[in-house]
Amino acid sequence: MRRGETFVIIGPSGCGKTTLLKTIAGFMRPTRGTLLVEGQPAREPGPDRAVVFQDFDQLFAWRTVRSNVVYALRVARNTPVRAAGEKADAMLALVDITRAGDKYPHELSGGMKQRAAIARALALEPTMLLMDEPFGALDAITRNQLQIELKNIHARTGVTIVLVTHSIQEAIYLGDRVMVMSRHPARIREIVDTADQSDVESPRFAELTGKLRGLLVHREEELDLPEEAVI
Amino acid sequence: MATRARRAPQLPAVVRYALLVLAILVIWQLYVTLGHVPSLLVASPLDVARAAWLDLKDGHLELATYNTLANLVVGMVIGTLVGFALASFAVFSRIGQDLLTVLTAVFNPLPSIAILPLAMIWFGLQPKSIVFVVALATIWPVALNTDNGFRTISQTTQLAARNLGLRGWRLVTGVLLPAALPSIITGVKAAWAFGWRTVVAAELIFGVAGSAGGLGWYINNARYYLNTSNIFAGLVMISVLGILVEGLFGFIERRTVVKWGMKRAA
Repeated sequence: MRRGETFVIIGPSGCGKTTLLKTIAGFMRPTRGTLLVEGQPAREPGPDRAVVFQDFDQLFAWRTVRSNVVYALRVARNTPVRAAGEKADAMLALVDITRAGDKYPHELSGGMKQRAAIARALALEPTMLLMDEPFGALDAITRNQLQIELKNIHARTGVTIVLVTHSIQEAIYLGDRVMVMSRHPARIREIVDTADQSDVESPRFAELTGKLRGLLVHREEELDLPEEAVI
Repeated sequence: MATRARRAPQLPAVVRYALLVLAILVIWQLYVTLGHVPSLLVASPLDVARAAWLDLKDGHLELATYNTLANLVVGMVIGTLVGFALASFAVFSRIGQDLLTVLTAVFNPLPSIAILPLAMIWFGLQPKSIVFVVALATIWPVALNTDNGFRTISQTTQLAARNLGLRGWRLVTGVLLPAALPSIITGVKAAWAFGWRTVVAAELIFGVAGSAGGLGWYINNARYYLNTSNIFAGLVMISVLGILVEGLFGFIERRTVVKWGMKRAA
């Protein structure tokens, strides 16, 4: 993975996309081989690899949106109270939920919750932002809206994003490169360059959609890959 | 039903309950006065009110109430802390889980009041004995419910906490305890129910020795002097305190788990 890019992992259910992401995050250990982050083997989970999950209960229900961000900064980065507050306000503004800052997560819509989760993750200034189907539980309209905003946020912050998704459209739209995984055996099939595809209507977008669909649907033949995948 | 409710505007619940209680009190009063029931057997509401008023004026009833609550609170605080400790230990280690399973299996079915004779031998005829049995009544419901609360915390919430680098004590206080709060409150409520019954029962037994001086002792003492209306006054006090504590739990829930959307408003 290259610094500052959006790297998308796509594949059928059960191919190990989420497992790969969890391994990068440090929640699981690789069964074989080594996973390198910044040249070092991935260690215990930490805020340098902030994760945005699909489920809404990633936010702490007993804290307001703003307090979720402040708390994360306090415990994960030892940020002083005042600085954490200022940073939280800036992040809430970045994802456009300033007005919901004093609300509790259960009072928000799904889209707002995901914005809050993104704000919390970005506040930690992670080396990479790991996103596990972050928009999977949202309706189509909210989903599109958040895709656009994530692209803007990426342009403004330059954070490295690793995003797992089922959606081909989402992969091409957001990804600089898309890694297609296969099932039985779980392998990397191909890494496709999809940089700068913001026009869903363009012929190139359609071409890439076709290519990814082909890679996902066709019978999977085995590929030889090195045990050690450098990320 | 529905049409009737629409025609007559509904009174607030509190008013409805108060009216019902008032009606029962009136029937009770009429039964005693008109039925010529010996006051030694059943005291009328007015007699009870008079007895309660007199003992409140000279401080007897307050003192008894204070003693009971003091024993209860000290016992419950100790029991709750031990319960939390057991549940936390159980979450982090296998041996802790086994210990919790074994201890609750042995002690949970045991009414802690049954331990009182033993406690009296260990601690003597002192409030300590009562505190001990109350603590014992409290530990298990708190430990079991807290442990269950910890275990049912959503996977994502736990991963999010680990992602922040939380572990050990900070993980417990920062995420596990608040996330498990609905279960913890359930546990403390159950503990209160056990503890409250235990403390009154223990004081009734202690009443013979007459050193603890709580509400149980107050009732037993009144029986000794055949002051039936004072017995009733003691019972009313126990019931009223119970209602107040239930209200307190409701208040705590509204300010926490209900506000956070973890539990629906009752």
